[in-house]
Amino acid sequence: MTLKINGQSVSIDIPSDMPLLWALRDKLNLVGTKYSCGVGVCGSCTVLVNGMPMRSCVMPATSMAGMEITTIEGLDPAGEHPVQKAWNDEDVPQCGYCQSGQILTATALLRQNPNPSDDDIDSAMSGVLCRCGTYHRIRKAIKRAAEYAAETGGES
Amino acid sequence: MKPVKQTVAMDRRSFLKVSLLASGALVIGCGRFDSATANELEDGTWIPNLYVRIDTDGNITIVSKNPEAGQGVKTAFPMVVAECLNVDWKTVSVEQAPLDDRYGRQAIGGSRGTPDGWDDLRVAGTAACQLLVSAAAEEWGVSVDTCKAESGFVVHEASGRSARYETLLETAASLPVPDVGELQLKSRPADFSLLGTFVPGVDNHKIVTGQPLFGCDTRLDGMLYAVYAKCPVFEGKVRSANVDEIRKLPGVTHAFVVEGTDDLRGLRSGVAIVAETWWQANSARKRLHVDWDTNHAASSADYEKRAELLRAESGETQGSAGDVDKAMGGASQIVEASYYYPFVSHANMEPQNCTALYRESGQLELWAPTQNPKGGRRLISRTLGIPEDRIHVNLMRIGGGFGRRLRNEFMAEVAWIAREIRRPVQLQWTREDDIRHDYYRPAAWHDFKAGLDSDGRMIAFDHHFITFGVDGETVSGADLSPQHYPAGLVPNFRLRRSLIETNAPTGPWRSPGHSAYGWAYQSFFDEVALAAGRDPFEFRLDLLSRSFGKTQIDRQRASDVLKLAAKKAGWGSREVGDNRGLGIAFHYDHGAYVAYVAEVFADGSLINVDKVFAVVDCGPVINLSGAKNQVEGGFVDALSTANLEITFANGAAQQSNFTDYELLRIGQAPDIECHFIQSDNSPSGLGEPPLAPAAPAVCNAIFAATGTRVRKLPFSRSGISL
Repeated sequence: MTLKINGQSVSIDIPSDMPLLWALRDKLNLVGTKYSCGVGVCGSCTVLVNGMPMRSCVMPATSMAGMEITTIEGLDPAGEHPVQKAWNDEDVPQCGYCQSGQILTATALLRQNPNPSDDDIDSAMSGVLCRCGTYHRIRKAIKRAAEYAAETGGES
Repeated sequence: MKPVKQTVAMDRRSFLKVSLLASGALVIGCGRFDSATANELEDGTWIPNLYVRIDTDGNITIVSKNPEAGQGVKTAFPMVVAECLNVDWKTVSVEQAPLDDRYGRQAIGGSRGTPDGWDDLRVAGTAACQLLVSAAAEEWGVSVDTCKAESGFVVHEASGRSARYETLLETAASLPVPDVGELQLKSRPADFSLLGTFVPGVDNHKIVTGQPLFGCDTRLDGMLYAVYAKCPVFEGKVRSANVDEIRKLPGVTHAFVVEGTDDLRGLRSGVAIVAETWWQANSARKRLHVDWDTNHAASSADYEKRAELLRAESGETQGSAGDVDKAMGGASQIVEASYYYPFVSHANMEPQNCTALYRESGQLELWAPTQNPKGGRRLISRTLGIPEDRIHVNLMRIGGGFGRRLRNEFMAEVAWIAREIRRPVQLQWTREDDIRHDYYRPAAWHDFKAGLDSDGRMIAFDHHFITFGVDGETVSGADLSPQHYPAGLVPNFRLRRSLIETNAPTGPWRSPGHSAYGWAYQSFFDEVALAAGRDPFEFRLDLLSRSFGKTQIDRQRASDVLKLAAKKAGWGSREVGDNRGLGIAFHYDHGAYVAYVAEVFADGSLINVDKVFAVVDCGPVINLSGAKNQVEGGFVDALSTANLEITFANGAAQQSNFTDYELLRIGQAPDIECHFIQSDNSPSGLGEPPLAPAAPAVCNAIFAATGTRVRKLPFSRSGISL
């Protein structure tokens, strides 16, 4: 089948029930998307599907034909996206394992709501667990990313 | 610092004089990795010691020796070297060392990295810097004292000359290595320019762009993927399994039973399934039928009954001072309360995994997210009979340590599988494997009794600690020192202990012991203060004002963090409003002093922790960002964990995923304001100290807001929810 990942069409041969997560990690070596719970409750495996944050660990890859999939590798490989920059400048990551899911979820939030309040952030980000407890900085980084996006006038 | 000079036979050519520090690390006069030449040049790159490389283009590489698990060491350690080497941080690149005995201890646990590494790293940076300054002085024909190092240059002010480090390498390499004892090491905050500033993590770019970094990101040519099914019932062994059927399933390349060993921290009996992709291996596992030989020992209900019986007994006295019974008899007031906390899991976001390649030459290479690589190598050697010098361990970034990865059975499992199948292989546990096969923080019961005099001062403290162990030995992670606070602060003191047998695996859990019993102590002292009609903050200060023998803690440093936390929070000077409360707590462990004031809002039994004022004295702060991260994250971790429990029934853990072991989510996390008292004491680590006082500060605030005293964790057992 063919998947559209990070703007590129990719042909892969996979079992019909294989979740997108494992197609990405084991077939395409896109390992930035992480496995943690396998049942769609922790958000570490979050990718954007047509711009919406989705759990790749419970979505069969074969159901994703024709959809635009963005993984952390496709956000900006140079790390210059406002959310990536804010994540570095606020030094959000501790262990860093959940952060690709956090960053993509935050990216989707800012596209819909360029100026989120704390409550907006808590609501949008509630699906992504962080065992290290970086939540305090995630709030700060999202606000900073909103500022960066406003300064550059660019899309966040 | 006590450097020990030794003459060690390093190679066939010569005897080299090397300096061994107390940590066992070779710091000066030993080339990096494969070379034994002192202070050498290799293809023009100068390698003055194990930590520093400078090439002729001016690229400076600093090696970080310890595993990185989110505690920030991969940034903090190189910062110390860079500070002493006097280079611009922006010009430095950081490289992770593999396991190499010349680095001495390479384990992360006990918040020991910073105190252990502090001398080595400063010596490494300072010695290299001094060689460069001496090289410049020699080239210029001036006295060394008249030259100084600044941001990657050596400068001679009198003549206005300056030279970049990379132009001095050949001369520096020809000089004798300095005497460690003669080095002037920067040691106090006033000496630093880089240390104490906010420096983002060195791996941030890879993290935010999704590049391979973690153990499970390892990809090798021809690599297969494995799952390893063990019995959910602790100590269960495989009698038989339908591996012939499993081998026929799609993508499966191998399926076999591993007999394993009886070492509960080693290779346990199980079934390995290997496939082209992990999904196929795990799908095949769903068709696996195993006849298990089980022992249904672990049971939370039985433990509770046993604890109830032990409570009536006196237990074994672990430590005492004065005469507790007599003092209680003469006390004006007695306060008694019982506290309980449950078993909990580490629940690292990255489930246990490891990648291995067994070569026909008999060499084994591993890519391991482990906190204790040396222990993993030893375990593999013992289990597989491979000599340690044939086992090479690459240290991968760890998706959360918290003490779980001090145990390395996943390394032994993948090593066994790799040798069996002779293909590179990655073992990836499921989340369910991870929670069911953890080394849990042990539960415990604390029965406290305090005797007060007519002034409301605590004159007697009696403590019956009921925990897990056998034959007078506590299980791993269950120990409590009789020297612990408040020992030495109360004239009559007694710690008694009773043990319950368990076969549930236990182990160190971030800030082992402290993060659990710190809650019990600091909650109970709140009760005592209020029962005596005293302010909980003032009561704690008063307790620290008197000494009755040796104390583990520095009473002044403890008082100072408490006072500043109270001041920042406006303790006693502001009204917080209806259904709101402030709670204070402090703790000392692993060399650091931490005090919190938490502010909560109660909507009935639903608690929102709105704001936290944190004050920390860990000596000089190395990386302000990393240090704050540990405090902010440590508080959230402690709050999250106070809301969780692992229970056992029929010999197995009853929880298995984030659906029944629900970590805190962002909306439940407080805003945290963090302050440091930067003392001239040598620095402590900070991975663990922020944990212990967090839950009691919240529970004391809950009492202030609601009148409900949380004496049982998780919160749900006390009728509280977050």
